[in-house]
Amino acid sequence: MTGIGTLVSIALAFGWLSLFAVGGAAAAIPEIHRIAVDLNHWMTEAQFADAFAIAQLSPGPNVLIVTLVGYQVAGIAGALVATLAMCVPTAALAYTVSRLINRAGDSPWPALVQAALVPLSIGLMAASGLILAFAADGSVAAVALTLAAAVMAAATSLNPVWLLVAGGVLGLLGWI
Amino acid sequence: MPPEPPIAGLAPDPPPALPGRFALFVAFAKMSLAGFGGVLVFARRAIVDRHRWMTADEFNETFALCHFLPGPNIVNLSVVFGARIRGLGGSIASFAGLLAPPFLIVTTLALLYAHYGDVPALRRALNGVSCAAVGLLLAVTWRMMLPLLKRRDPVALAMLVAVFVAVGVLRWPLPQVLLAAIPLSIAATWLMRRRGAA
Repeated sequence: MTGIGTLVSIALAFGWLSLFAVGGAAAAIPEIHRIAVDLNHWMTEAQFADAFAIAQLSPGPNVLIVTLVGYQVAGIAGALVATLAMCVPTAALAYTVSRLINRAGDSPWPALVQAALVPLSIGLMAASGLILAFAADGSVAAVALTLAAAVMAAATSLNPVWLLVAGGVLGLLGWI
Repeated sequence: MPPEPPIAGLAPDPPPALPGRFALFVAFAKMSLAGFGGVLVFARRAIVDRHRWMTADEFNETFALCHFLPGPNIVNLSVVFGARIRGLGGSIASFAGLLAPPFLIVTTLALLYAHYGDVPALRRALNGVSCAAVGLLLAVTWRMMLPLLKRRDPVALAMLVAVFVAVGVLRWPLPQVLLAAIPLSIAATWLMRRRGAA
């Protein structure tokens, strides 16, 4: 199903979505999931959970989960188009805005808008967590692993990579 | 920012030389490749602490602008920082440095996944990783939520729950939800502040 039409639909979907990505990549996951799994059936729930895992295991910005979605749909061209569509429009906007205003100045509006956006992006991150938990946690042991990782990450300053590795080892041993 | 008055007897540090386009590319590539689970910490360390290309205040101000704009924050940061140092060419160099190396890594992993994704051992391991990764996301969300819970800010908590239910439970489309929620949240925050100030 690779073709110019597919690449155009990837570009439109992620380019449009990126304009609503307030609070970064984690907050955009529900919409990425809706586009990739629910609307277009580009990937299954399990593949989406795997893409999230691979993106977390890789270095670089978390937004690269869209690279994996793009690859799944249309190979290397799809990966490139999805990544650029997700990053270039908002980067161009940021470039333009930063040229127009050199500093925030004394206006109270930026701080007020910021304060108004924070709860929205946290709500979206919580929604990401719920959607990904439905995709990834298929057993009681899986739910227990998710909760244990959450508690350890919240309560300790352990490097998160070790929690990912521990999850991988438990999975490999067949405990999940 | 007004220039700081010179302190007697203390020679100010010479301002560090600003990087060229190639140095920007390399610096952002290094930050990106060091950044497991988020690049921001490494960007701050490199730009403020190691290279002293920006003061901590300048960095915070730049990041606040990038956080305020839509899109991946760290990508916005690379573009805005590059533009301040070297104009459009600097933006492109920083953007490419941030994204090209991890793009190659992730694409390689995608290729491997396409070939070996059905191997049972790999399936089991990836499932374990994704369960743990969801846990990490929940922990980050919890940490960000704590200040709102401590302040018992009713407007913020109501907006948070409303967006969570609309997008997470009802699975409504994000653009429509935000087009309603952003003006509502701004209006409610403004009214609360005005009442608080009165």
